[in-house]
Parts: sequence; C-alpha cells; structure tokens
Amino acid sequence: MMMKHLASLFLGAVCLFGATGAVVAQDGPLRIEITDGVIEPLPFAVPDFVPGSGEAGETARQISRVIAADLTGTGLFREVPASAYISQVADFGAPVAYADWKAINAQALITGAVNVAGGNVTVQFRVYDVFSDSEIGNGLQFSGPVAGWRRMAHKVADAVYSRITGEGAYFDSRVVYVSETGPKDDRRKRLAVMDYDGANVQYLTDSSSIVLAPRFSPNGDRVLYTSYESGFPRIYVLDVGAVQQRGLQSTEGTMSFAPRFAPDGQTVVYSLTEGGNTDIYSMSIATGQSTRLTTAPSIETAPSFSPDGGRLVFESDRSGTPQLYIMPVGGGEPTRISFGQGRYGTPVWSPRGDLIAFTKQSKGRFHIGVMRTDGSEERLLTASFLDEGPTWAPNGRVLMFARETQGAQGQSSLYSVDITGRNLKAVPTPEGASDPSWSPLQN
Amino acid sequence: MSTLTKFLMIGSMLAMAACTNAGRFGADGTGASGVGSGAIVPGSANDPTSPAYFNQTIGDRVLFLVDQSNLSPEAQQILNGQAQWLSQNVDYVAVIEGHADEQGTREYNLALGARRANAAREYLISRGVAGNRLKVVSYGKERPIEICSEEACYAKNRRAVTVLSAGVLG
Repeated sequence: MMMKHLASLFLGAVCLFGATGAVVAQDGPLRIEITDGVIEPLPFAVPDFVPGSGEAGETARQISRVIAADLTGTGLFREVPASAYISQVADFGAPVAYADWKAINAQALITGAVNVAGGNVTVQFRVYDVFSDSEIGNGLQFSGPVAGWRRMAHKVADAVYSRITGEGAYFDSRVVYVSETGPKDDRRKRLAVMDYDGANVQYLTDSSSIVLAPRFSPNGDRVLYTSYESGFPRIYVLDVGAVQQRGLQSTEGTMSFAPRFAPDGQTVVYSLTEGGNTDIYSMSIATGQSTRLTTAPSIETAPSFSPDGGRLVFESDRSGTPQLYIMPVGGGEPTRISFGQGRYGTPVWSPRGDLIAFTKQSKGRFHIGVMRTDGSEERLLTASFLDEGPTWAPNGRVLMFARETQGAQGQSSLYSVDITGRNLKAVPTPEGASDPSWSPLQN
Repeated sequence: MSTLTKFLMIGSMLAMAACTNAGRFGADGTGASGVGSGAIVPGSANDPTSPAYFNQTIGDRVLFLVDQSNLSPEAQQILNGQAQWLSQNVDYVAVIEGHADEQGTREYNLALGARRANAAREYLISRGVAGNRLKVVSYGKERPIEICSEEACYAKNRRAVTVLSAGVLG
C-alpha cells in the first residue's frame, strides 16, 4: 500500500510548483502509514551529494550515507544501491533525469550539494517524486560547523521522512543512557549521551558511584538522574552543555529516585522512600519545595507526566502486584488502567499523548508494550528474558529500551522498535547500555 | 564515594565468606585445629566481639521470598542474634542494605529492597537496638552477589545485609 505514487502524497499540499494533472491518483490518499500492517519499504536513491569543492567531497559523501542510514533504519524505506544507477547527479541545479530513476524503480530521489568554507558546512537538498516527475516540497538549506555535519544529515533525512510519511521528525535527536562495563556482580555504570543512532558518544559522569535512569528535560538542556554518590540513592540534575551537576534537595534518612521532568521543565516528580514505604512526590527544582502526591502504604513509583502536564501515570502494587495507575497532578484518587495478566511497570506517556508505553513481566518473560491511556488496546511489541524501560522518540512513533541477556554472562544493550512492533533492532553503543532516555528534537 | 567503596569492599568480602561458609562451619565445629590452642585471635571470626564473628557466626544477612519483605522464622532467628550482638557491642552502628533479584524493573526493585531493609531494621529495633544506630539503603537489583539467572542465585540475592561499621552513623 505504501508503494503507491508519491505524487498523491501531496494532494492538499500547497507549495508544489507545477503539480498539475500529470499525477494519476490510483486509490485515494496515499502515503506511508506507519500503522499499516503492510511492510514494503519504499525504494529511494540518494546519490552522493555534489561537493562544491574538493575539500567538501568526503563530507558530502558521508552526509549522503547518514541520510540513507536514517531512512533505511526506519524500516519504511529501502535504498537503491549506487551500483544500479543509470545516471549520476553531477550538478545539483541540473534537471532530473526522471526516466533513469524510474528505470531502477527509485520512487524517491534525494539530491544535494555540500559546500565547506571557513569551518562551516552548508547543505542544500531537494526531494523528488520520481514517478510523477515532480519535486516534493521545496529545496532547503542548512548551515553549521563542519564538526556538526551529522546533524545536518539528520535534518535532511528528517525533512524527507516527514514529507513522505506525514509523521513528525526524530533523527536529529540525542539519547542519554547508562553505559555499563564489568560482570553482573561488579557492574560499573556511568552516564553517557549520544546521537539517536549511537554516534558521538560523550560520557557525562565517571563510574565511581552507581548512576541510574537519566531523564532528559523537555528542551534537552538538562538531565535528571539518580546517583549513590552520597552512599544513598539521591536525585541530581545535570546541565548537559556544561556537564555540571548538583543534588536536589533531600532529607536525611530518605532515598529518592525515579525522577522525571514535568513538561514545564521546572518541576520534577519522583519516588521518595521513608521508613520502607515508597510514595510519589513533586518538587520545584528552583526552590526545593516538595509536595507529597500519594500516601498509600504500598509502593508507588515510576511517575511520568502526560504531555499537557495535567496527569501522571505511575506504577503501584496497592492491588498486590505492580499495576499502572493515572491520577491528576494535584493528587487525588488514582484510576487503575492495566488489567492484563502479569506485572506492569515503568509507564511512559507518549509525546503525542495517545499511548502509554510500559514494561510488562508475565510468565517469566519481559515485554515492552503500549496501551491507550484508558488501558485499552494493549499490545506487546517485544519479548525476551529481560526488556525494560521504554523511552519515546520525539515523534511518538518509535520506542527505545534496554534488553539484558540471561545468565551469568548477562549484558545489557539498547534496542529500538516501531510502535507497530516492527523493525526491532539493536542500537550500537561502545559498551553495555541501559536506561535510555530520548531527547526532544533538537533546534 | 569513599563510603560506597567501603560498601563494595565489604560486600565482596562477604561474598567470599558466603562461598566458604559450609567448610568454615565444619572446621570450627570440630573445635580443634587451625587457630591454635584455643586462643582467641582478636578480630577473627572466633572473637565474639568482632565483625567477622557477626558476619560469619551470627549471620549478617536474611533472605526473602519472591516479592516478599516478610521475615521468616529463620530470618527472625538471625536478627535476634544480630540484635543481641549489637546490644553487647555498642561501639558499632550498621547500614542495612536491601536487595532484590533481577526479576523486576529497576524502580520497583529499589522500592522492594527498601521494604526488605526496613523490615530488618524494624525488627532489630523491636529487639532493643536503638533506631539511631541503624540506617537503611536499597540497592534494588544493582548489586547481586550471585550472577546466574536461576532461582538458586535469585534466592541469595533477595536479601537484607547488616553492614557494620565502628563509630557513629554520619
């Protein structure tokens, strides 16, 4: 179904020049629908971008490769290899030889030019619907430091992905996670941040103390996490740019963990344990003023905000086993939303607001799943010995999580999966990895 | 940081001790060889005032069933011994570390470990140990001592360990 003419993607679009009667719409509105059951990746070609000078050649080639990797990595696109090309693109401004691209069934064609000057790189690109002989949207241009060339590639790929799927972009984003080394009984953990595809890893802490579950702020400038630096679990906030951290207000004799930002970026919700009982609190980061939101003798933990900031989803074992509940942010009676067989934890509200992702433990297996916010339409996307801790891509279409292998040699690593359950794949990291948290789309 | 390092060192010592417990009990039980002619070496496991005695002879840890924080009769017996030792050795304080096995999410296991550590603490207080000598910390599933993914290992990882230190709790 997604093999249809790209041209009909743009019915209703306004910025096309000359989108005339040449388009033959076949069966109604067409685009890649990620929720479709059909999995036939759309073939595209991305010839190496045209360098404006000799020194831009390698950068141009690398940018083209990252664009291709982004698109094929979604599972929705398939690259037509350069070896199949009939014609080359040597001049970004020259007319497109549509017939040559049709002949190799490249339904989308991405062309571009790269110029490097004074430490800056400028990338121009255009996207074509080959079978309707037309351009998709308008050409765009991005500029920035040469060192940031991968971000420009991601921005091009984001534009292509959004134009063809109609979904929000997500390639120009980062992931903060816990990098792990050592055996299970002597595991060393430190915070790291990387591009969404595993490139550009940077370590944010050393491994002298256990660090857990970093969480990005709504604009990606800060990270909340839990550290045993004081000997007891306590919440810290880290400035990602300056790599400086400070402990949040805490009370002697308590443990605090599982923090997440509110959508306003000023408030944090978290778990606090006192006298063996764990409840959910909120705190103003600026003042340290905290408010207790639950008062049950059961375990209440892993709170996550709705995108509008009005509600919290969290996990509680008040029924006897861990289940998911939603309550108003101001407190009040929680409503249970999980009713399947098994134990539910680590709920995370989708940035689109429509779904809640969670970890489910059932019959000795772990799953990453999604359900609607009223608990209906539960779907399990993965299954393994231990899958845990989903985090949403900025567009609410992809989840990343940690998978730990079984046994004495067990290691944790990161995976991502489409919310349809398709396209499960490993995310490369230099060491073991757990507790991923996806940033918003970068500016 | 130094506190954590100390915990880790003690933890690995305990792990080794646990592995050799059976042999140790057998050797000590015969009461003969090894240490010499009945002399008590201060600080050794046959010095009843030593942490080594507390850890090995009384038992520094109690174990829990899956998802549970209830104290079994065996656990209560060990804690009775710990309470008695602590009342006789008033220069020591303790941090009780609660742990969970790997079957569970990180967050839930942190809370579960805290429940277990607190159950041990409350019991020690009920047996006369002053609360200000006992702190608790949960490591959730972060610090297993056994690494297989089977119940034999899980059973040893679901634990509350009373870690002694000399002096006053900071």
